[in-house]
Amino acid sequence: MLEIRGIAVSNGIAIANAYCLVEPDLSFEKLAITDVEAEKLRFQEIIIKTKIELETIREAAKKKFGHDKAEIFSAHILVLQDPEMLSAIEGQISAGVNAEFALQETATMFIGLFESMDNEYMQERAADIRDVAKRLLANLLAIELPDYSRLSKDVIIVAEDLTPSMTAQLDKTHVKGFVTNIGGRTSHSAILARTMEIPAVVGTKIATTDIPHGARLILDGSKGTVILDATEEIAAEYLVAQEALIAERELFQQFVTAESVSADGHPVELAGNIGKPEDVENVLANGGDGIGLFRTEFLYMDRQELPTEEEQFVAYKTVLVNMGNKPTVVRTLDIGGDKELPYLTLSHEMNPFLGLRAVRLCLDQQDIFRTQLRALLRASTYGNLKIMFPMIATLDEFRQAKSLLQEEQEKLLAEGIEVARDIEIGMMVEVPSAALIADLFAKEADFLSIGTNDLIQYTLAADRMNEKVSYLYQPFHPAILRLVKMVIDAAHANGKWVGMCGEMAGDEIAVPILLALGLDEFSMSASSILRTRGQISKLSKQEMAQHLERILTFSTSAEVEQYMEKLLNLNN
Amino acid sequence: MEKTFKITSPVGLHARPSTVLVAGVTPFASVIQIKYKDKTVNLKSILGVMSLGVSEGEVITIKAEGSDEEAAIAKVAELMISEGLGQEC
Repeated sequence: MLEIRGIAVSNGIAIANAYCLVEPDLSFEKLAITDVEAEKLRFQEIIIKTKIELETIREAAKKKFGHDKAEIFSAHILVLQDPEMLSAIEGQISAGVNAEFALQETATMFIGLFESMDNEYMQERAADIRDVAKRLLANLLAIELPDYSRLSKDVIIVAEDLTPSMTAQLDKTHVKGFVTNIGGRTSHSAILARTMEIPAVVGTKIATTDIPHGARLILDGSKGTVILDATEEIAAEYLVAQEALIAERELFQQFVTAESVSADGHPVELAGNIGKPEDVENVLANGGDGIGLFRTEFLYMDRQELPTEEEQFVAYKTVLVNMGNKPTVVRTLDIGGDKELPYLTLSHEMNPFLGLRAVRLCLDQQDIFRTQLRALLRASTYGNLKIMFPMIATLDEFRQAKSLLQEEQEKLLAEGIEVARDIEIGMMVEVPSAALIADLFAKEADFLSIGTNDLIQYTLAADRMNEKVSYLYQPFHPAILRLVKMVIDAAHANGKWVGMCGEMAGDEIAVPILLALGLDEFSMSASSILRTRGQISKLSKQEMAQHLERILTFSTSAEVEQYMEKLLNLNN
Repeated sequence: MEKTFKITSPVGLHARPSTVLVAGVTPFASVIQIKYKDKTVNLKSILGVMSLGVSEGEVITIKAEGSDEEAAIAKVAELMISEGLGQEC
């Protein structure tokens, strides 16, 4: 039995076989060919085989992700049949080399051509050629490429890391968990796992080297461990624990229709975070009171060009209609930092998290921003829309963003297009400078939403993607608690409401503290809503306020956590 | 025969627009070429078309030679309009 430790990022237990996303070995020898015609024929047969493969993948992608995302495979089919590339390859075969070598030489030449272009979009196209060439080469060598869009049984994905485009292809019905070498609590794979409500362990460093493909795994997302070759005893224990978890989940079901209110009658709002219109279903199924964070950047990712105003309008309208009267807080585009768009040429930055991202980028490239604002305003009449701007650091930025919104609203009204009245306009508080002058912002914003993931990263000056400094990701650091308290107090002093949409809002230890601080809206992964509603129903805000006085005197994160853990155990 | 077009697609001749054009002309027997600035490439080659890097507002010339050249040019003109890629100049 082998136990691999990592960072626990998504709760639950999964028992399934490992599915390793690793690159297969496609090495080959350069050979001299005498029967050139036979070699050409072999190559042509492989082209046909590969084309059929790509067509199958395209049809599957169409069904699963829609026409747009399947388009990329149409382009791949054309690359496969590209007459210029084919004649170059056949020319090389005629000179007496094997098809594998001819293909690699030619593909390398074309890849080099695209990579040398002075345009990031064109450089990305080199990846398309590489993809197609890899598939062709694998077929020539009769090696099967891993196709994770067509999994036939339940698996636990094992990978170095999961990129957004990889997960877009994943057949999620059969994915029961993730294990990765790198990453932290807020990396893409972690967030995805929580959205999918499956366990995940990241930052194991050795998962891909130590776990063989197909090995039976037990994944414990609460402890952050992966067990390989479990003894029968351990396996039996986990089966029992897994059943207990399922039973607990059923217990939470009683809170789906319950009100979000503390034991002493203090009401709060428990909302869900979403990335795509489809996620609304999950929020409603978990009894969410609203949407506290709609991360609109997902509309911009995994595609070849900017989403049009019309596409965005349809997405926002869909969410608003499905949410009915329940509030929906939409965050405007937050791109930059670790989130890049292949078709948007941004200059390389030394410190992307401190660079041109989110509202900074939107104020710099106003065309993109205005398109989004127009789409939002047009959709506003279909539900209870609230808009917030991310990464605000200065009052000027907030005023500027607000005035662009105002301008677009006036244009729409002049065009005779209806826009909802009194849309609440708020902002994210995730830059320490904004938290420190929350009192000034609270006079101009209709609400504030604390983004804890970035607020912690910026306050403790620790890159949240770097596992070597992940110990600095401390939600209970006194500096963070003071900032959160400052923001909530400042907003309330000005008669405004405050939400929180970072990971902290759904954290079992943080919830009682936030309740005591007077947080109005808790926005979290849909899967945490019912547990949190159950927890709050048993907490007295008044009682917690007394504990809070004590907690605010602690000088380290560990002291806060120990105190809270003790308190939670007592309550249980 | 040949015809000149001004590209109106906001993303120029990127992957999707070139996919539409290349797939549309591939069935024709004629030799069909696209000329942009001083470069001429095979319109049936998606790599060739994308390598031109044509942006919005640029002018290109399509040249077809062969038994079905008229039909091929007509197809290009039809795709330019129906797919919102460009307009004849």
